[in-house]
Amino acid sequence: MNILTIKELQNKGLQPEILFWVGCAGSFDDRAKKITKSFVSLLNKAGVSFAVLGKEESCTGDPAKRAGNEFLFQMQAVSNIEILNQYNFKKIVTTCPHCLNTLKNEYPDLGGKYDVIHHTELLSTLISEQKIKIDNSEFNGKKITFHDPCYLGRANKVYEPPRKLIESLNADLKEMKSCKEKGLCCGAGGAQMFKESEKGSKEINIKRTEEALETKSEIIAAGCPFCNTMLTDGIKNKEMDDKVHVYDVAELLDKST
Amino acid sequence: MISSILFSLILIFSILLFIRNCRKLYRNINLGKNIDRSDKSNLRFKKMFRLAFGQSKMFDKPLVGILHFIVYVAFVLINIELLEIILDGVLGTHRVLAPVLGNFYNFLIAFFELLAIAVIVCVILFWIRRNLLKIRRFISNDLKGWPKNDANYILYIEVILMFLFLNMNATDQVLQNAGYSYYGDYGTYPISLYLVPVYENLELSSIFIIERVSWWLHILGILFFLNYLYYSKHLHILLAFPNTYFSNINSGGGLDNLDSVYKEVKAMLDPKVDPYSTNNTNQQFQKFGADDVFDLNWFQLLNSYTCTECGRCSSECPANQTGKILSPRSIMMKTRDRLEEVGKNIDKNKAFKDDGKKLLNDYITKEELWACTTCNACVESCPIGIDPLSIIIDLRRYMVMEESSAPKEINNMMNNLENNGAPWPFNQQDRLNWINN
Ligand code: SF4
Ligand code: SF4
Repeated sequence: MNILTIKELQNKGLQPEILFWVGCAGSFDDRAKKITKSFVSLLNKAGVSFAVLGKEESCTGDPAKRAGNEFLFQMQAVSNIEILNQYNFKKIVTTCPHCLNTLKNEYPDLGGKYDVIHHTELLSTLISEQKIKIDNSEFNGKKITFHDPCYLGRANKVYEPPRKLIESLNADLKEMKSCKEKGLCCGAGGAQMFKESEKGSKEINIKRTEEALETKSEIIAAGCPFCNTMLTDGIKNKEMDDKVHVYDVAELLDKST
Repeated sequence: MISSILFSLILIFSILLFIRNCRKLYRNINLGKNIDRSDKSNLRFKKMFRLAFGQSKMFDKPLVGILHFIVYVAFVLINIELLEIILDGVLGTHRVLAPVLGNFYNFLIAFFELLAIAVIVCVILFWIRRNLLKIRRFISNDLKGWPKNDANYILYIEVILMFLFLNMNATDQVLQNAGYSYYGDYGTYPISLYLVPVYENLELSSIFIIERVSWWLHILGILFFLNYLYYSKHLHILLAFPNTYFSNINSGGGLDNLDSVYKEVKAMLDPKVDPYSTNNTNQQFQKFGADDVFDLNWFQLLNSYTCTECGRCSSECPANQTGKILSPRSIMMKTRDRLEEVGKNIDKNKAFKDDGKKLLNDYITKEELWACTTCNACVESCPIGIDPLSIIIDLRRYMVMEESSAPKEINNMMNNLENNGAPWPFNQQDRLNWINN
């Protein structure tokens, strides 16, 4: 896979349309790395000019901010903004809704004003512009349910693009009983991903997995690497991992193009 | 004459009491830190019209939305009748507007009676729903005791007030028909007409007493209600308006960036600033986050008084749904309880005297705070623009930045972030390794 960093491009006197913000999960988590690769593969198929920050990228600071460590968050934010402001690009695209939310809504105040979109938004434009063409969707008629990531849906009001993508696969989109504005969290946000949950009657990801299983879908589509992990764990816990699979919308699309 | 004087005294007393409560409310809310919400008044007005006047979010549950809307509209309109009641009370007249308005008067009263019966029906349905149907947000622990009683008291008061209004009209009609004393012939009223047979066999003098008692109880009930508001979740009928107006109108899910932190971070990253220079010492007293109501902003405190304790937030909360003790509704209720306690402390001691208590720990526990996934469901579901999440975050900020009391795993995550630029122990230099494996 040949991927250029924005610095390499700049050294050649070029600038990309799109800066792909890979994110910590997308860079390091084994499952999320596959999503990163699928998305890159789609960008290449569509001939999009893009680059990554590579070793210059660092955590946006979202988990620190939501844990209450404003100090650590702003240290991250200010140094990221310093790096981002050295480069020229049109848009930032990210596969992680947490990165999306932070870059889009929390960086502007600190001097980082960028046009930031989620990968499902970019992909749905590429589909409309027919830059990506579905050939022979293996998901034809399959039941797929979409889990709204909190930081994509409620926090940024992106509900339709991922759904449009699933529909473009000719799949049978099944909604869970709580979806869109009322979508139930997967349980990972607000730094919960990194700790045990408080005592209760059930884990949040199990509850969400149950709602997904109620739709009788074969595939649970997600748009966030953390939701992906939580739901995959949920499916395993329910011993349904041989029948039901969790994929990022980008992975589904990559398989069908 | 005596009754006019008595009425005027009670009226003035109630209004003064109400003003006193309002001033207390205003003072308590202003114990919070300043936050600028004076921008974009156009957008703010629109939001207020949509959420407070139009109650748009109440229609997420259409049936409840309609019932609530009927009670609200009826409540506002029937109070027009108050104008006449007050005039009669002060002047010692009886139905002073009837001769002035003529037929229109009868139309108005008929209309009010229809509203009154609609309110009675809605309120009975609300009571059934709240007490007989096992709806989780109405039977959960955070509503036990006073909050549950408060909700029911209001329903009882509403039914009683409406009944008194109808009863007063019914007896009035009997007296009118009989040409008793000063009761002129103003016509019949569509709903209270059905109560008339109840009184037909009674002495006119007894009916007269019943009419007067109904009239008095009705107005006393309204004045009681006015002053009960301050102690009740029903404060929302007034505060929903300013609360929606001043609510967060940024569309995204961004949290505020603390200015105080920004200054320090800039100073740290800027090599020109000497971190030990004396200019910085005053910043040592800066407190990050909140452990008591004084550290919250006035909008958050206004939120706490506005909360109707409906529990829509908690029933959407993933932590609450899975049995954790976190309930965003109870975050709001506890904030109000603490604020009230602080207010009483100030009443007693002129200025706040340390009582050894704090919002954090004495009211809201760490276990609640750490259970939040910051999913925004509470904020999204609140029909009147309340933001429980912002309070949770401010308290977390205090725990992390002032107390360093985060759970161990959170500290690990933050250490990784600080050292490697990722929440896991991976090296920043390996950020591109995903390309190859
Ligand atoms: S943001 Fe926190 S308190 Fe609000 S609904 Fe989500 S988990 Fe519950
Ligand atoms: S915060 Fe809003 S949704 Fe929650 S109980 Fe109060 S009024 Fe209801």
